Amino acid sequence: MTNTPLQPERRIFLKAGAGLTLGMYIAPLSALASAPAQDFAPNAFVRVDPDGTVTVISKHIELGQGAFTGMATLIAEEMDADWNRIRIEAAPADRTRFTNLHLGSQGTGGSTSLANAYLQMRQAGATARAMLVAAAAAKWGIPATELKVAKGEVSDAGGRHKAGFGELAALAAQQPVPAKAELKRPEQFIFIGKKVPRKDSHAKSTGTAQYTQDVKLPGMLTAVVARPPRFGARVRSFDADRARGIKGVVGVVQAGDVVAVLGTGFWPAKQGRDLLQVEWDESQAVRVSSDTLMNQYRDLARAPGLKARADGDVDTALPALVRTVEATYDFPYLAHATMEPMNCVVRLSPGLCETWYGAQGHTTDQDALAAYLGLPPAQVRINTLYAGGSFGRRGNPKSDYVLEAAAIARAWAMQHEGQATVKLVWTREDDMQAGHYRPMYHHRLAGGVDASGKPVAWKQHVVGQSVVSTMPQYAMFVKGGIDPTTVEGSANLPYAIPHLRVEATTTDPGIPIQPWRSVGATHNAFATEVFLDELAVLGGQDPVSLRRELLAQHPRHRGVLELVAQQAGWEKPLARGKPGERRGRGIAVHESFHSYVAQVAEVTVKADGGFRVDRVVCAVDCGLAVNPDIVRAQMEGGIAYGLSAALYGEVTLKDGRVEQDNFDNYRVLRMAEMPAIEVHIVPSAEAPSGVGEPGTPVIAPALANALFAATGQRLRTLPLRSATLQPA
Amino acid sequence: MIRFTLNDKPAQVDVPGDMPLLWVLRDELDLTGTKFGCGKALCGACTVHLNDQPVRACVLPVSMAAGARVTTIEGLKTRAGKAVQAAWEKLDVAQCGYCQSGQVMAATALLSHNAKPTDADIDAAMGGLICRCGTYGRIRAAIHAAARALA
Ligand code: FES
Ligand code: FES
Repeated sequence: MTNTPLQPERRIFLKAGAGLTLGMYIAPLSALASAPAQDFAPNAFVRVDPDGTVTVISKHIELGQGAFTGMATLIAEEMDADWNRIRIEAAPADRTRFTNLHLGSQGTGGSTSLANAYLQMRQAGATARAMLVAAAAAKWGIPATELKVAKGEVSDAGGRHKAGFGELAALAAQQPVPAKAELKRPEQFIFIGKKVPRKDSHAKSTGTAQYTQDVKLPGMLTAVVARPPRFGARVRSFDADRARGIKGVVGVVQAGDVVAVLGTGFWPAKQGRDLLQVEWDESQAVRVSSDTLMNQYRDLARAPGLKARADGDVDTALPALVRTVEATYDFPYLAHATMEPMNCVVRLSPGLCETWYGAQGHTTDQDALAAYLGLPPAQVRINTLYAGGSFGRRGNPKSDYVLEAAAIARAWAMQHEGQATVKLVWTREDDMQAGHYRPMYHHRLAGGVDASGKPVAWKQHVVGQSVVSTMPQYAMFVKGGIDPTTVEGSANLPYAIPHLRVEATTTDPGIPIQPWRSVGATHNAFATEVFLDELAVLGGQDPVSLRRELLAQHPRHRGVLELVAQQAGWEKPLARGKPGERRGRGIAVHESFHSYVAQVAEVTVKADGGFRVDRVVCAVDCGLAVNPDIVRAQMEGGIAYGLSAALYGEVTLKDGRVEQDNFDNYRVLRMAEMPAIEVHIVPSAEAPSGVGEPGTPVIAPALANALFAATGQRLRTLPLRSATLQPA
Repeated sequence: MIRFTLNDKPAQVDVPGDMPLLWVLRDELDLTGTKFGCGKALCGACTVHLNDQPVRACVLPVSMAAGARVTTIEGLKTRAGKAVQAAWEKLDVAQCGYCQSGQVMAATALLSHNAKPTDADIDAAMGGLICRCGTYGRIRAAIHAAARALA
């Protein structure tokens, strides 16, 4: 998606004692108390305690991508803080202070965290530093210009005075907030661009990190729900007698389209849920099947669509070519399948709603809860906890699981004097069958090469659901009836092809969908990079040389292409396999979220057609790499996530029922299938861009191209496993 | 009443014998380091040690733990366990972290029985555990690093 950067909001610097922070920990009352008066809180993002602890308030959720460490790095850099004395808290929902400057609402997504916060957090840190220095200058009677700061200590040049941030906090709070604190020059950086250890590693290696699943509040009940068997089904009636007979089951309530069993813990609630007898009204239920839906998409792709791009005259150029190729590519629905199934804790009391969960779209959820409960948004408090993964699932524009938790709590509260504390816990099966998938898509392409083997015509039609249509807050991105995410990566194809047309047709089969790690790139990168490979073969061109030529006007695409080719040893032949084994390598290049990624995949295909991915070489240009090790980790993880989808990922519907429900029939990558991955970062002084998503979409086309190189067989349907390769 | 040894201390719970150990630990004994991922022995997030062997607590009826020694991530105090956690931190293995309690427990069990695991040993011992964040490469590297530290 194209992000329109908003002007950084006017800096809202609050003076000390503003009570800015809701805790990461489960301390609901103390968390609402004001910060002690001796604290120094020059702005919404940083606070210095008298003991010298620097608390960074992260407006971005930590869901694995390293945002906490990233925010802290930017602030620590400009403060010259001691990395070991920094702790991080998640910000509450508050659009006046914590808006994502690229999204326009408070939230984390679109790989924007570091990009939107890069200058804002540095400015916050620089302001804090200037005020601490001013405090020391006042205390010692020395001009601020003669003081230096290192590792959380201010000292004078002569070495007579020295004071830690904590000692200076109270005095710093009384200094005027500078209009604009000076930022460091890149050559002064001590943290940015270096391997700074992650702030969450210790908690996550010792089992002490707090997730929604771990929340326990006084009087809290756990809710496990019976969900509709098909999308759009409603509860007609239910019989909870047997469920109520389970020891530990406290109550059963209907909340919208689900029936919830409330228990003293998960196990009784789950047992009760399994004993519920629910009669569903399926008169409005969606009854589509994946195969019939794909057939409809195929028909739609043959008819004209809405034009997303039209260069030259493909209708005249294409039929005139001697060498042409047509191809269609099919993509299934995909579940996010985060490691932590969706869950949410809601506490209701008259006039107040408090929540604890991995909030990714804070203000979207806050507004939805406020509207549903009839409360002013300020009376909906969001305590953001670590999320056990998201990949797009927790930034849900419809706030589905959050509203479900609220509905259950409200139903319970109505019977209990307005009070309820409920933890909604989805089982893996609930999570996998609840929809909100990456949509199914079909791409139809035709193209051709001229006498010299150069691609000169490209016609593409993308058919599928509109992701943006599920996100009213981004409706302004829809142009001429076309959702840009449907065609992102295709409509802005970087290759110089004179006759190029991209069309889109939007469908609405009634299956709930939502962004999935890298959104439109998940399918457009595959269709375009595999089709380019098909054209290269048609024209007898080397896939790297051809891309190099067609990307002459796109230096950053070319930069990652050259780097990956060099690091993968593309010029040298690939080492041979054992007797009977066929080996091959493939390349793909794709830009998403303003970051450029190229990957070379190397595969070995066994005699029986089974294959493994041996090695992936990845080059990334994400502008200045604030934390190179986190960039590497996100590429590794993005490749693994993309590989899971490429090899196995497939949610299928039969007569409206989802056929997968757990990791046995929705397979994901496991240890033995993880390839060796090498990540190379393009040195860059450009502004940082995101890395959470851009590594994901590139691996599937690189893999399909590698399998073609090894076997001569072109796999065009995802997941790739379902099209078994022919034995040698 | 079901009694067992939990992290070197006596524990007793008054719950149905078929209640999975995972929910006894999490909901009855407030040890939430052990995670719920699938409930069907498919993901390994709930891995704990039963008499030093890795087991999936989500499918282990608590009655099977009666009289046994149960170790969770909160009680991991062995040399191998500490070496594994140190390697995990050093290499910044965790991303979202939700799978990592299970990974740390499984890796510790592996190193307790096999001081110098090969890549194939690691594939076998860790194959039942899923990491959706894709930290497998770092997990492998951290297990080798921990083995070296213990040598
Ligand atoms: S929760 Fe036990 S193996 Fe997944
Ligand atoms: S670190 Fe997120 S699932 Fe493993």
